[in-house]
Amino acid sequence: MAPDGTPALKVVGTRPIRPDGVDKVTGRAQFGADFQLPGQLVGKVLRSPHAHARIRSIDISKAEAVPGVKAVMTAADMPEITSEEAFVGEGPADFKDMSANTMAREKALYDGHAVAAVAAISAAAADAALAAIEVDYEVLPHVIEVEDAMVEGAPVLHDDMFTSGVDPKPTKPSNVAKRMVFQLGDVDAAFEKADIVIERKYKTAPVHQGYIEPHACVAQYAADGQVQIYCSSQGQFMVRAYVAKLLGIDISEIRVTPLEIGGGFGGKTLVYLEPLAVVLSRKSGRPVKMVMTREEVFRGSGPTSGGTVWVKIGAMRDGTIVAGDSVLKFQAGAYAGSPVGPGCMTAFAVYDLQDVRITGYDVVTNRPKVAAYRAPGAPISNFGVESAVDELARELGMDPVELRLKNAAKKGTKAAYGPTFGDIGCVETLEAVKHHPNYRAPLGPNQGRGVASGFWFNIGGESSATVNINEDGTAVVATGNPDIGGSRASMAMMAAEVLGIEVDRVRPIVADTSSVGYCFLTGGSRVTFATGMAVVEASKSVVNELKARAAKIWDIPVEAVEWQDGEAVPAGSNAGDFEPLSLSDIAAKSGRTGGPIASTSSLNAQGAGPGFGTHVVDVEVDRETGHVKVLRYLATQDAGRAIHPSYVEGQIQGGAVQGIGWALNEEYIYDDKGRLDNPGFLDYRIPVASDLPMIDTVVVEVPNPRHPYGARGVGEVPIVPPMAAMANAIQDAIGIRLTELPMSPPKIRKAVDEQAAAE
Amino acid sequence: MAKHHISTTINGEPVEFLCSTEQTMLDVLRDELHLTGTKEGCATGDCGACSITVDDRLVCSCLMLGVEAEGHAVQTIEGMADGDQLHPLQQKFLEYAALQCGICTPGFLIASRALLERNPDPTEEEARYWLAGNLCRCTGYDKIIRAVLDTAADMRGAS
Amino acid sequence: MYAPSFAAPTTVAEAVQLLANASGVARVLAGGTDLLVQLRSGMLKPDLIVDTKRIPELRTITTEGGGYRIGASVSGAEANEHAGLSKDWPGVVEAVELIGSTQIQGRASFVGNLCNASPAADSVPALVAAGATAVIAGPNGEREVPVEDVPTAPGRTSLAKGEMVVAVKLPPKPARTGDAYLRFIPRTEMDIAVVGAGVCVTLDGSGKCTAAKVSLGAVAPTVLIVPDAAAALVGSKLDDAALAALDAAARAACKPISDKRGTIEYRTKVAGVLARRAAATAFKRAGA
Repeated sequence: MAPDGTPALKVVGTRPIRPDGVDKVTGRAQFGADFQLPGQLVGKVLRSPHAHARIRSIDISKAEAVPGVKAVMTAADMPEITSEEAFVGEGPADFKDMSANTMAREKALYDGHAVAAVAAISAAAADAALAAIEVDYEVLPHVIEVEDAMVEGAPVLHDDMFTSGVDPKPTKPSNVAKRMVFQLGDVDAAFEKADIVIERKYKTAPVHQGYIEPHACVAQYAADGQVQIYCSSQGQFMVRAYVAKLLGIDISEIRVTPLEIGGGFGGKTLVYLEPLAVVLSRKSGRPVKMVMTREEVFRGSGPTSGGTVWVKIGAMRDGTIVAGDSVLKFQAGAYAGSPVGPGCMTAFAVYDLQDVRITGYDVVTNRPKVAAYRAPGAPISNFGVESAVDELARELGMDPVELRLKNAAKKGTKAAYGPTFGDIGCVETLEAVKHHPNYRAPLGPNQGRGVASGFWFNIGGESSATVNINEDGTAVVATGNPDIGGSRASMAMMAAEVLGIEVDRVRPIVADTSSVGYCFLTGGSRVTFATGMAVVEASKSVVNELKARAAKIWDIPVEAVEWQDGEAVPAGSNAGDFEPLSLSDIAAKSGRTGGPIASTSSLNAQGAGPGFGTHVVDVEVDRETGHVKVLRYLATQDAGRAIHPSYVEGQIQGGAVQGIGWALNEEYIYDDKGRLDNPGFLDYRIPVASDLPMIDTVVVEVPNPRHPYGARGVGEVPIVPPMAAMANAIQDAIGIRLTELPMSPPKIRKAVDEQAAAE
Repeated sequence: MAKHHISTTINGEPVEFLCSTEQTMLDVLRDELHLTGTKEGCATGDCGACSITVDDRLVCSCLMLGVEAEGHAVQTIEGMADGDQLHPLQQKFLEYAALQCGICTPGFLIASRALLERNPDPTEEEARYWLAGNLCRCTGYDKIIRAVLDTAADMRGAS
Repeated sequence: MYAPSFAAPTTVAEAVQLLANASGVARVLAGGTDLLVQLRSGMLKPDLIVDTKRIPELRTITTEGGGYRIGASVSGAEANEHAGLSKDWPGVVEAVELIGSTQIQGRASFVGNLCNASPAADSVPALVAAGATAVIAGPNGEREVPVEDVPTAPGRTSLAKGEMVVAVKLPPKPARTGDAYLRFIPRTEMDIAVVGAGVCVTLDGSGKCTAAKVSLGAVAPTVLIVPDAAAALVGSKLDDAALAALDAAARAACKPISDKRGTIEYRTKVAGVLARRAAATAFKRAGA
C-alpha cells in the first residue's frame, strides 16, 4: 500500500523499455515515407508562387502529355464543399476552407498554396509535368502581418467574411473572422483600486512545429470504390473523416492504416496530401505515393499563429494582483481559425483573479492556414501575461516565485473561461522551483534568471481500446491513437497493471480504422488520459471475465473469486481451497470455459486534469553580438501521476526546448512579395544540441481524481512558459525588456544600443 | 543518359545497383535498395536524419550522389546491430528513452557511433557539438546526450 | 526530362579536358555539399558533373617549402586531422571546421567553399588573412592567384571555361605569427555566417605587431581585405586604442546588405566586434 492508502502499483511509475523501441533504433520502423505498394506512382504538388492571386485558369493539357504522367488534378476534380464546422480535428476549422486549403479554387491565398497535382511513373516525369502546367494568375495585393490585415483598406482575402461576435453585424467584409470576449467580475472598477498598473504590448512570430518527418502518404483507390490510405498522422480516424468529407466518400469505404509518425506536435492534425493522393489514384488506377519536401512543409503546411498581445495588470503594494485585461490579435493564416480562443482562455489561468477580461480577434492573412502546435494559443498569450507579471515583480521588488505563489490558481479558483478548478498543482510547481538548487545558483555579469508559469486544459474525449488475451496468457492491446512519443508504452503499462502481469507480456498496437473502435486524434495531451482510461476499462472487464472463468473451473460463484497479482484466488477460506489460477492457466483453458477472452471499451473521457508548470532559465547575454546563451534550465510540472516517468520528462524537456527556439530564433521571414524566404532548416533555426544545456525537470504529482491512476496530460504545458521565462531572464541579465519574439541577436544588439543612447 | 552501374559495399555486403546521375545516395538507399532506416528530413544537409558513414567517415547521404559510392564501404543503421545483438548505443538509447517519435534516431545513432570511434571519452560539450548537425524536435537532446555519454563510459569500462 | 552526365576522371588533365570540352554547363563535384543542394532545388542544372575525388593528388595535403598544398577534394575533417596544418594555421583550420555539421565536414572542402563564391564562405576570410593562393589548372596549364581573386561576385568566379582550382596553398608561417577566424551565427552551429572576420598578425620580440592582414566575410559581395584595419594593428601591442581603431576600420569597410540573416546595421557593428575578438586570439597565438 502507498502511504495514502491506495494499492501500491507494480508497473505504473516504472521505466520499462518501450515496446516499439527496437524497431526504432534498428531502422525497421516504417514511417510515412517508408511505406510502398507495388506499382505505385510518384505524386507531386504544384504550389502558388504568389501570396495572393486570382486563378483565372489552369491548363493541364501539356502536363498530361508528358511521357510517364498518369494523372493530373486540380480543385475541379474535388467536390465543392459547403461550409460546415469540422469536428474531429484539433482547433476550429471549416470543411469548405479545408477543401480549398488542400487545393486552391478561385484564389491562391499564400505562397505555397497547392493549385494542382500530378502522378507519374518517376519523380523526373512528375517534375516535368509540374513544369508543364500553365496557371494564369491575376496577382492581387497581399497582407502578411496581423495588424496590417485589420486596417481599413487592407487587401481582403475573403469577400464573404464578416466579423462575427460584434454587434451590429458588419456590412463590409474584412479579414477579421471573429471577435470574442471572456470576462469575470468588473475589470475597469478593479483597476481603479490597484496601486500599480503595468501595461504593455507584446508580439510573437508564427512558428512551425518543425517535426523532422515531412508529411507522407500512399493511397490506393480500387475499382470497387474501396480506398486504402497508409500515412503518418496524428489520427487515422481524423484522416478517414476528412478524406470522406472532402471527397464525398462513405466512411465505410475508407480504411486508414497508421504508419509511425515522425513528430507532429499538432501539425499533423489536418490532411494535406491524402485527399490529393486518393484523387490521383482514382484517376490513374494506380497507388500513389506523395511525400512533401522540407520546403513544402514550411510553405504549405500550417505553423501556429503569430500575434500581438496587449496586457494590462493591476496589483496592490503587497503583490496581490487585482485585475487583468488583455487583447489578443492572432493571425489564422489564409482561413479563419486561429487558436485565439484557447489563447484567451489560458491567458490568466495560472492566477486566482476575480476581475479579468480577455478579448480575442481571429484574423486572416496571406500565410499558410495555421495548424495546432502544442498547447495551441497558450504560449502566445502567456508570453505577454508572464512578461507583464515579471515587470510587476520588478516594480514591486518582489521575488517572481513569491509573487506567483501569492496569486497562484488553486483548488476553488474560478477561471476566466468558466470552470472552477479542482485538484491542481500550480502551487506545487512553484514550490518545487523555490526548493531547487538551480533557483539559488550564483549568477555572473550579463547573466540573468527568468521565471514563468504556464497552464493547459488537457483534454479527454472519445477513445476505444480492445484487449485480447492470447492462448498463452499474453495480451494484445489495440488502440486507435498514433504513438507520437511513447504512448504504446503507457498503454501496455496500464493494461499490465490491471491484469497483474509483466509489461512485456502485453503487446500494444496502433490499429487501423477498420480494426478498432473510434479514437479521437492524438493531441491535446489526451492519449494517456483518455485512451488510457479505455485501456483500463477494457482490462478491468477482461479481469472480470478471467474471474468468471476461474469460478467456472472451480465451480464456485464468481463473487467468491478475487484477482491478485495476475492470478485468480478464492476470496477467503469460505470460498473453498483451490490453488491459484494464473492468467496463463485460465487462457489455456479458455476454449473449454466459454471461448476467447477479450474486451473492448469505448468511452468519452471526461475530467482531464488541468496541467500547470513553472520554468526557470538562466541566460548569459553577449551585449556586443546580442547572442543569448542558455546556461541552465529547470522545468517543474504537475503530471498527476507519471505513468512512465522517462517519457513524462521527455515531453517536458522537448516542449521546453521548442519554447527556447520560439523565444530566440524561430520565425517566418517574408519578402516584399509575400514569399517565404526561409523555408528550410538552414534559416528556420530550431535549436541544435550545442545550443543547450541539460534540461532539468521536477515532476510533481497531484493526482487527477478522474483518472484510474491519477494521470494528467503532460505534452502541452511545457511549451507555454519558456518564451516569457527567457524574456524575463534577458531582462534580468541586461536590464532590457524585450517585447517581441524572436529575441534574435540583431534585436538584442539594437536594444542594447538604444539603452546606451538613452543613458 | 543511361543509368550507372555501381558496385559498392553496404553494411559489409557487396551490393550492386543502377542509378541515374542526379540520384543521391539517400535516394538509392531508400528507393532502389529499400533500406529505409536512413531518413530524409530536409535533403539539404541541415538535419542529419540521413546520416551514414562512407569509409568510416560520417556524411549526409542526401549530399552524396549514388554514383560516388563506387568502390566505397557504406554503413547504414540497418548494419548497426549484430544480428539480434543491439549495439551498446542502441541499447542505451532505449534505456534512456532517448527517442520519442524516433525519426531522427537512426541518424543520431550513426553519428554517435562515429563520435565514439574517434573520441571514446567525449565531454558533454564535445558530444553536443559533434551532434549539432542532427536535429531532434522531440527530446530537447537531454536524454540523447546522456545516453551517448553513458554508452561511452560503459564502452571504456568494457575495453 | 533532366538527365545530367557524370564523369570521375583520375587525372587533372582528364578533368580539365572534360570541363573544356563540355557542351553546356559543367560543374565540379568535390565535397558536393553546395552542389547537391543546388541540384535538388533546381537552381542549377548542369549537363555534366565531374567528380574530382578520384584524382589522387587532389586528395592529399602536402608540405611545400614549409607551406602547405591542400588538394581540392580534401575534406574539412581531413584538414582538421592534419596535425601540421592545425598547428601552423589554426585560424584557417577553425574556419573550415565551422562550415556546417560534422557530416558536412566529412565532405566539404576549402576549394569548394572558395569556388561556390558565397560572400559568407567561412574558410575564405581565413585563407585570405593567411595569404593563401589558389592553384588553377586549365587547358593552358597551371596558374596561381591569391584566393581573393577567385570569387568575383556572389556565385561567380574568375575561372575560365575548362579551368578548375586544384589546390589552395598556404605559405610557410613566418615566426611569431598567429591567425584566427571568428564568425557570428544566431545559433552555435549549422548557420551561415552573418559576419566573418579573419586576422593574421606577426609580432616582433617585444610583442609589437609588425605585419597584419584583416579580412571580412558576409559584409560585401566578395571577401573584403581591410588595409586600414591591418594598419590599426601594426605597431601596436593590441592596446585599447588599436582595438578601437581596428573596430572602426572594420566597420568603415563594410558594404553589407540586409537579408534574412542580418541587417546592414547589425552586420556592420558585429564586423567590428569580431575583428577585435579575432585579433585578440591571433595575437595570443603569435605569442603575445
